[in-house]
Amino acid sequence: MQDLDNIVNGQKLFLKPEYQEVLKNKKEFEGSMGAINPAKVEEIQKWTESWDYREKNLAREAITVNPAKACQPLGAVMVALGFENTMPYVHGSHGCVAYFRTYFTRHFKEPTPCVSDSMSESAAVFGGLANMKDGLRNCNALYKPEMIAVSTTCMAEVIGDDLGAFIIGAKDEAEGELDNVLIPNAHTPSFVGSHITGYDNMMKSILEQVSTEKTTVDEERINIIPGFEPYLGSLKEIKKISKMFGDKIVMIGDHEEQWDTGAGEYKLYAGGTKIEDLKGSINAKATISLQKYSSIATAKTIKNKWKQTYETCNPIGLSGTDAFVMKLAELTGKEIPEELKQQRARLVDAMQDSYPYMHGKKIAIWGDPDFLLGMVSFLVEMGAIPTHVVCHNAPRKNWEAEMRAILDKSNRSDECNIWPGKDLWALRSLLFTEPVDFMIGNVYGKELYRDTKTPLIRIGFPIFDRHHLHRYSMSGYEGGINLLTWITNGILDQLDEETKDIAETDYFFDSVR
Amino acid sequence: MGPETLESLQKQAIAEVLEAYPEKAKKNRAKHLGTDNPEGVKGSCDTTRSNKQTVPGVMSQRGCAYAGSKGVVWGPIKDMIHISHGPIGCGQYSRGGRRNYYIGTTGIDTFVTMNFSTDFNEKDIVFGGDKKLKKALEEIDELFPLNNGISIQSECPIGLIGDDIQAVAKVHKKETGHQTVAVSCEGFRGVSQSLGHHIANDMIRDHVMPDTSHRKDFESTPYDVAIIGDYNIGGDAWSTRLILEEMGLRVIAQWSGDATYKELAIAPKAKLNLLHCYRSMNYISRHMEQEFGIPWMEYNFFGPTKTTESLRKIASFFDEKIQEQTEKVIAKYTAMTDAVIAKFRPMLEGKKVMLYVGGLRPRHVIGAYEDLGMEVIGTGYEFGHGDDYKRTKEDLGRSTLIYDDANEYELEEFVKKLRPDLVAAGVKEKYVFQKMGLPFRQMHSWDYSGPYHGYDAFAIFAKDMDLAMNSPVWNHTKAPWDKEVEGA
Repeated sequence: MQDLDNIVNGQKLFLKPEYQEVLKNKKEFEGSMGAINPAKVEEIQKWTESWDYREKNLAREAITVNPAKACQPLGAVMVALGFENTMPYVHGSHGCVAYFRTYFTRHFKEPTPCVSDSMSESAAVFGGLANMKDGLRNCNALYKPEMIAVSTTCMAEVIGDDLGAFIIGAKDEAEGELDNVLIPNAHTPSFVGSHITGYDNMMKSILEQVSTEKTTVDEERINIIPGFEPYLGSLKEIKKISKMFGDKIVMIGDHEEQWDTGAGEYKLYAGGTKIEDLKGSINAKATISLQKYSSIATAKTIKNKWKQTYETCNPIGLSGTDAFVMKLAELTGKEIPEELKQQRARLVDAMQDSYPYMHGKKIAIWGDPDFLLGMVSFLVEMGAIPTHVVCHNAPRKNWEAEMRAILDKSNRSDECNIWPGKDLWALRSLLFTEPVDFMIGNVYGKELYRDTKTPLIRIGFPIFDRHHLHRYSMSGYEGGINLLTWITNGILDQLDEETKDIAETDYFFDSVR
Repeated sequence: MGPETLESLQKQAIAEVLEAYPEKAKKNRAKHLGTDNPEGVKGSCDTTRSNKQTVPGVMSQRGCAYAGSKGVVWGPIKDMIHISHGPIGCGQYSRGGRRNYYIGTTGIDTFVTMNFSTDFNEKDIVFGGDKKLKKALEEIDELFPLNNGISIQSECPIGLIGDDIQAVAKVHKKETGHQTVAVSCEGFRGVSQSLGHHIANDMIRDHVMPDTSHRKDFESTPYDVAIIGDYNIGGDAWSTRLILEEMGLRVIAQWSGDATYKELAIAPKAKLNLLHCYRSMNYISRHMEQEFGIPWMEYNFFGPTKTTESLRKIASFFDEKIQEQTEKVIAKYTAMTDAVIAKFRPMLEGKKVMLYVGGLRPRHVIGAYEDLGMEVIGTGYEFGHGDDYKRTKEDLGRSTLIYDDANEYELEEFVKKLRPDLVAAGVKEKYVFQKMGLPFRQMHSWDYSGPYHGYDAFAIFAKDMDLAMNSPVWNHTKAPWDKEVEGA
């Protein structure tokens, strides 16, 4: 029973003897192998650690187990929330939207506005036009957005709804209510690509449909597209760096403030790229995308339709940030400011302070394609060995070669493996057969940690079970110091863990590292 | 504040909220909003419109049929593998979020927190996904040999592209002898999670109930009961089980939190089905009554008042021995819960609460709050039906705002107007209200605490509510340089 002076929740309650008895009693009625024959569980568990299992596991064709990717509309919602007073609107079932909002909210610990037009069976039969007509009007009336960014779910895509025509139809019947609202729209079928594809499609659509008035090129204006960026601190730092090169370097799709508002009042919309700035994007001198593979389609619009200079940078780690800073200097014709030079020197200094701990450490890492390019580059710069690089949503073209080129800079590149299209259950096998010292990845690495005991350093998306990491930057020189801090201290925590046994290993339990 | 003032404030809040809508939506939403009182004339609990299509274009808190089937009913069955059949998103967003606790070796003999998906691509949409599904079933059996069955949970495209997953499941079952259930719970079906519960129940009825293999040699006792509609969130079913066992009953099955397939299959051997979540599992309870003659009763294990009431009702189905033992159990725990109330009630007395949860808790948890002296002034269901609202009436303590399928705009406005001291709803709402400086508790996941079912759990509930209401963090919202007192 509960002890009033020490009320415990489930974590400790169920360890009390009466509950242990309950759990034991329950086994009598259970049919799981652990209840019937625990030895068999052990046998199979051992088998899952074997090379035989690895081969079978890696040969899977049809079933995905523990993926490391999500679907298109999630990315589309992120894009929409990067613009001022913009409501993401998902043409489809509200179940999807409940999932998107929950997913982001669990990561950021912040509200996530997004509406749907609640398509259902009747829409499946007759199409979703009626939903769109009511939905846009209701959304406009309740949430008073300047822009409604419409994306789709797989349902709307399968039945083939014509978004453009629907929106025109809805506007026609709205008695003028929608006349002053921008309603860009993008097809974001969940069965194509992943969340980064949805990011790309929505960004492309917003740029094409809202930034339409080509006048004269503003030689000082540069657009920066951040990509699917779960680290709000990164957005802040990129803006800070950009500001050093000019006032007209504008982030397009800046969702930093939306997911970082203060206590005191709730604001539906916060921050975001100003619609005016969005409209002017077409007249910029150049656009820099910070996630090449989250903006493949967007790049085509900028290069081919806008005939604008288009560059990609990946400012994660030292050389990535160097390239970004030099690109800004080149495009603006300005010198690299002293402050940045100092920041770089400090990062290098910090890397030189900490390198013995990362050097030679074997690391498994997973995440989105551009995240991985940046992170692996940093690991190589630090002398770590990216032994397994798992990219579930790896792009078909070029990505693997680009990753290989980065790994080739390591003097132990032959030990580095790229695993495009593989999921985290495949990684589980790899961690048993070709083990590493540490893992870097999102919350889903938690079960891999439990099963393989490989320590997990949480960097990625989503992270639900640790707080506030998303507030930090992992981009730029200062973001580099954050990465270095997380990884180095993760390694040192593990070292303490391994050396804390009294009179056994604690001779190495040093106070100074 | 007298009850009349409260009621008029509530009515006024509804009128103001409706003003923002265009005419068509306003007309629709008006039927879902109202007030009700514990006594007297018919109120909103009798008349509210529910289980209807959500108004398009709002920030609904509802989920879909897939969420109801895979997320709620099937997903927690621990020794089966549940495939999210279709594109990758649904399984990923619903992975590990509901806190359905279980004991087992994950990935080997139990699989609840994992995500199995057929990860549809364009080709699967165009040419159909049946072949891929067949192959997926085979791969699962090879790599996870200790699974005790597979369920296929359809996502939206499956029903639209005309795949015949029932046939695929049937063939696989025939070839392997393993239970394989195809559930057509496409997200677009129905208006919320609710239809997903129903479809999931029907599949249990059609595929699990006829399976007598585990029932054949089952040795019954007169005291066998099954827990139905407890998803073991934070361990709820375990803290329930303890009490039932102490009463002298034998719990032969838990549906579906921490359940094994066998427990589903042997449930028809129970003498009484104990139904906690009425909304999600009344269908199968009724079926077992008709098919196997097993009576079922609803119970409520939130807070000592309701728990004790429920225990006596459960005991009344059994002999005097059980009834006597039950009184002993009640006496033993009442001493503890009285002490809990003595400790926490002074800090919570008179605090106003607004609830917005799924299909059961909007009424079931009222008693627990009232045990602590807290007053529920608003409640509503994401996906309740008329019978849920009717059942709510008896739990009301005062004039209560009733909102069905409330969206975020409405909730925000209601809260601003009624100024409760605590909002208890879901994660999507949590940070909205916390930003306003309002204490909030998630009542789907127990905000990462729990269990909340049973006597021991009430101590946790009380402690959590005190934690929420009386944390010093809420005093920091206003900066020291802000001198004006707001709306005193």
